[in-house]
Amino acid sequence: MSYSTNEMMTVAAARRLRNGAVCFVGIGLPSKAANLARLTSSPDVVLIYESGPIGAKPSVLPLSIGDGELAETADTVVPTGEIFRYWLQGGRIDVGFLGAAQVDRFGNINTTVVGDYHNPKVRLPGAGGAPEIAGSAKQVLIILKQSNRAFVDKLDFITSVGHGEGGDSRKRLGLPGEGPVGIITDLCIMEPEAGTHEFVVTSIHPGVTREQIIAATGWAIRFADSVQTTAEPSEVELSALRDLEARTAAAHGQAPGEA
Amino acid sequence: MAEILSLHDAVKQFVHDGDSVALEGFTHLIPTAAGHEIIRQGKKELTLVRMTPDLIYDQLIGAGCARKLIFSWGGNPGVGSLHRLRDAVEKQWPQAMEIEEHSHADLANAYVAGASGLPFAVLRAYAGSDLPKVNPLIKSVTCPFTGEVLAAVPSVRPDVTVIHAQKADRKGNVLLWGILGVQKEAALAAKRCIVTVEEIVDDLNAPMNACVLPTWALSAVCLVPGGAHPSYAHGYYERDNRFYQAWDPIARNREAFTAWIDEYIRGTADFNEFKAKLASASEAAQ
Repeated sequence: MSYSTNEMMTVAAARRLRNGAVCFVGIGLPSKAANLARLTSSPDVVLIYESGPIGAKPSVLPLSIGDGELAETADTVVPTGEIFRYWLQGGRIDVGFLGAAQVDRFGNINTTVVGDYHNPKVRLPGAGGAPEIAGSAKQVLIILKQSNRAFVDKLDFITSVGHGEGGDSRKRLGLPGEGPVGIITDLCIMEPEAGTHEFVVTSIHPGVTREQIIAATGWAIRFADSVQTTAEPSEVELSALRDLEARTAAAHGQAPGEA
Repeated sequence: MAEILSLHDAVKQFVHDGDSVALEGFTHLIPTAAGHEIIRQGKKELTLVRMTPDLIYDQLIGAGCARKLIFSWGGNPGVGSLHRLRDAVEKQWPQAMEIEEHSHADLANAYVAGASGLPFAVLRAYAGSDLPKVNPLIKSVTCPFTGEVLAAVPSVRPDVTVIHAQKADRKGNVLLWGILGVQKEAALAAKRCIVTVEEIVDDLNAPMNACVLPTWALSAVCLVPGGAHPSYAHGYYERDNRFYQAWDPIARNREAFTAWIDEYIRGTADFNEFKAKLASASEAAQ
């Protein structure tokens, strides 16, 4: 089956979510990948959304972080304060699954402003739940499309910390979680290099060249000594993803792939 | 005891110029009708508090009601930017607006602290983030038992909180269910609280541990069916995703926005008239 680069990205991200993991899910691409994981390789993954649903099993993707579908299919719905206090800060989240407007080489995330904070070129939505998810989840996965506007040499603003300035930054900051362990894009997968914690390319999606990845990265991206080729999406993965998108489009009145 | 009032009278009586006002509802039960009434009555210089500003604050900000915004995520969910919020921040239109920016965990904890009668909240947050550099109210405190340095943020204690709920009884006890967000905490953190509801019934028939706000903890209850549109009220109506999409081009442009507010909000007497006007406009468009 032929597939798009966006489909490859979602499938590659879904594969990273092990069965049974407790996952704090961001809206948009993370939610799509996490639900694809639940519908394919990881049926027992526990999806937690910041609005309050714990163990959500939506049949269509939510447009907002608090869609009724999430509440109706959840094991329980708790107040938002409890989500952050007992379940995240309490140390019960295995994986925080985040999107981003911009990331840097250490997996730090900007969702606040482009330009000066007080005189911004572009005002972005802001932090939401991400700073504490990035701090307290045992591990973090980041999913976003790769371009040199999104993968920047220096962030204008660090909203949510990844590996800080690299090395043992997180330890010095006293952060409980391990931080980001993977950035999954439409071109490749990056993972933090041991020691420096700088993200390097460890797997390239089929048909993508190193030159494409270099051109779409705002810093001098490095490649791991042994770079894999990402396995193509299987028929099972692709049809589960396309069915999910078609159901979502029908429910929300959108074109498939928009959600 | 909460008085059962019209929304007009409740806003007139309990929302004053210069107040700090929290209209809460986490994508669910957003008290849109109350936001409209605040615009109709021309309230000014408000400090608006809300985790997710959403369309309701885009309207209040663009209509010139806000002096300051306290928030943690400002977007049109599933669509894009809040253009009126951005215009106020980037270009000071229709007036300069101060922003005080937090994270969700921070504001959720700050409401809990407010409802608990505490001056500040403690949480493990912000290490490595630039937010404390731009918000001087985010400080730290050292745990007296372990020595751990934790974030300390001021509690949220609004002059008035407004929420929307499914049901009230005739005494003004309120029942809500589904995604609860921070509504209960916001209601109990405030000096005064207005609740708009889908219906008023003889008996709430609330399960034992349901989220019930007792009438004596509230100021006013107002019957406003559909008052959370375009968000949803679980068990009553679904989210109007098309309205969220339709809002984008309206809000993108100052003239289009002002014309919409003049026609649909200032040009209607109350939420029922607004709903009728919106319905006939959408019929005409089909």
